[in-house]
Amino acid sequence: MNIIVCIKQVPETTHVQIDPQTNTLMREGVKSIINPFDMYAIEEGVRLKEKFGGKTTVLTMGPPQAEAALREAISLGCDDGILLSDRTFAGSDTLATGYTLAMAIKEIKDFDVILCGKQASDGDTAQVGPGISAHLDIPQVTYVKKIEEIKDKIITVERMTEEGYDVVQTSLPCLLTVVKEINEPRLPSLKGMMRAKKTQIITWKATDIEMENDRLGLTGSPTQVIKVFTPPPRPKGQIFETTPQDAANQLVSLLKDQI
Amino acid sequence: MSIRVINDKCTGCTLCVKACPFGAITMVDKKAVIDLDKCTLCSACLEACKFNAIEIKRESTGTPDIDQFKGIWVFAEQKKGVVQPVAFELLGKARELANELQTEVACMLLGHHVREKARELIERGADKVYVVDAPELENFLDEPYTKVLCRLIRKYRPAIVLCGATFIGRALISRVAVRLHTGLTADCTGLSIDPDQKILLQTRPAFGGNIMATIITKNHRPQMATVRHKVMKELPPDESREGQIVEEIIDRPLLTSRSKILDIVEEIEATANITEADIIVSGGRGMKGPENFKILEDLAKVLGGAVGSSRAAVDSGWMPYSHQVGQTGKTVCPKIYIACGISGQIQHLVGMQSSKIIVAINIDPHAPIFTVANYGIVGDLFQVVPLLTKKFQEIRK
Repeated sequence: MNIIVCIKQVPETTHVQIDPQTNTLMREGVKSIINPFDMYAIEEGVRLKEKFGGKTTVLTMGPPQAEAALREAISLGCDDGILLSDRTFAGSDTLATGYTLAMAIKEIKDFDVILCGKQASDGDTAQVGPGISAHLDIPQVTYVKKIEEIKDKIITVERMTEEGYDVVQTSLPCLLTVVKEINEPRLPSLKGMMRAKKTQIITWKATDIEMENDRLGLTGSPTQVIKVFTPPPRPKGQIFETTPQDAANQLVSLLKDQI
Repeated sequence: MSIRVINDKCTGCTLCVKACPFGAITMVDKKAVIDLDKCTLCSACLEACKFNAIEIKRESTGTPDIDQFKGIWVFAEQKKGVVQPVAFELLGKARELANELQTEVACMLLGHHVREKARELIERGADKVYVVDAPELENFLDEPYTKVLCRLIRKYRPAIVLCGATFIGRALISRVAVRLHTGLTADCTGLSIDPDQKILLQTRPAFGGNIMATIITKNHRPQMATVRHKVMKELPPDESREGQIVEEIIDRPLLTSRSKILDIVEEIEATANITEADIIVSGGRGMKGPENFKILEDLAKVLGGAVGSSRAAVDSGWMPYSHQVGQTGKTVCPKIYIACGISGQIQHLVGMQSSKIIVAINIDPHAPIFTVANYGIVGDLFQVVPLLTKKFQEIRK
């Protein structure tokens, strides 16, 4: 079974803060990490390979430094890493990103399962995974919390819903986006780290993949950011440091018109 | 597509350096220089520059006949034949936008035996409801739902399509937008119409809510957006409202699917589902054990709310994952969020900081949760929570 895991390198959001003077993101010292949700996709991709044999390829689109994310994924058990990096990809919105990744996957050709994290922690859109499967015209199941069975090119999974979960069956090849509950990612092994250092990362530019140039980057992106701003801070709250009884009474009288 | 600094116009004022969210601009000899590896062409610098010294060239490849697209559509999500509340919230907003554009509001309702639900949508603000009723559409499946939506949108050409940012909505509408080759903005918290260009201004949080961005889809139609639960306000039902119900017959081949649902399992019985709840009582590490969540359930019950949880409590096995609020769980924005024994790590805050009122109960006066709380009680939750339950019970009587 051949698995492709799509990942994204993101800023470690916990450290992203706004400079109160300039109202911009303070990026100094902000580390880049693999999108936390993609860690579950990597782990699941490695587990599938361990169970069914085959190969797990990790794929990302980004600047040259995104190579570090691919190496980390290899240290966790992925076999190959492919980096899509080209100036013409810059400014891609979710439509252009999904298209670019899908065309690269077509180039890889042989795959049974594509895994993505449910969303990226910087953009939070959850649109690229379904976008890839729409471009490839393959079935998708989003918010997967468990793979129950894979047999005879049929996969059975549990899809999270607001109320609980659905048991969904679909045919391979397919795309799954996964949630945290699906597994507990392992730590990199020493052997894995050695391999990550040695493995040759494949870099593809736009010309290495068969695709339409006007569907890439900014040109291929229908959405346009016209304004970026800091949300107004929450008003300073009222803190009660008093007896439990008194605090409870005060709070109830403040809230009673709201319920 | 390219970005460049026009050196003759650049005065070296550094406004663009400050505006760049990606740290891609530096000053070299008092002129701005853009690091193309870091630049994402987000155009924040363009807006900041007072001297028009930065230029982004984009070639347009838009939807033809853009003026032919009219009307605002809402995807009316249903489960087990019940229209989900988020559809009514979207209708309330759609009505407001439609008045500004002087256009009509329509809904797409897909399901089996759902015809009679169309009336509810009209009472909540729809002028027209397109109903597609077929056994294959009883429960949500990505492929047939995508194909039906694309068929309707291509046929009637709405200018705007709105959908709830639910589990179903996010999976479905992403696929639809790709098929229609148009723009989609996720998780909007604000929608309005630009008075001059008459296009949809879509405002959404990014970077875990640290930044807000306003996004447009200028040259493609329809303009598509998903909206979180509880952000928009629904209209009260008006039985006298009139509207048209249009039954659409869809060819069977469009309803085929490579996926099927084997089972639908509901886990949350005792309390309401947290994304739809008006009030959430949430517990964290400070709850000390699974047995203590009973006191939160009691309070939630009195308030008609739901019980949430921090990641710490889920990872300890005290609460099921479906209750988890935060970055790796669910994003919620209830009217009142009561955080009990939750310290308030940023990953938790991004999942609940858009709640209207936040109450924090924590023994540690320095817990970060107090920085976002409207009301904070420094004290022992095991004393405070039962007192709150008792007190609310009294006033409820």
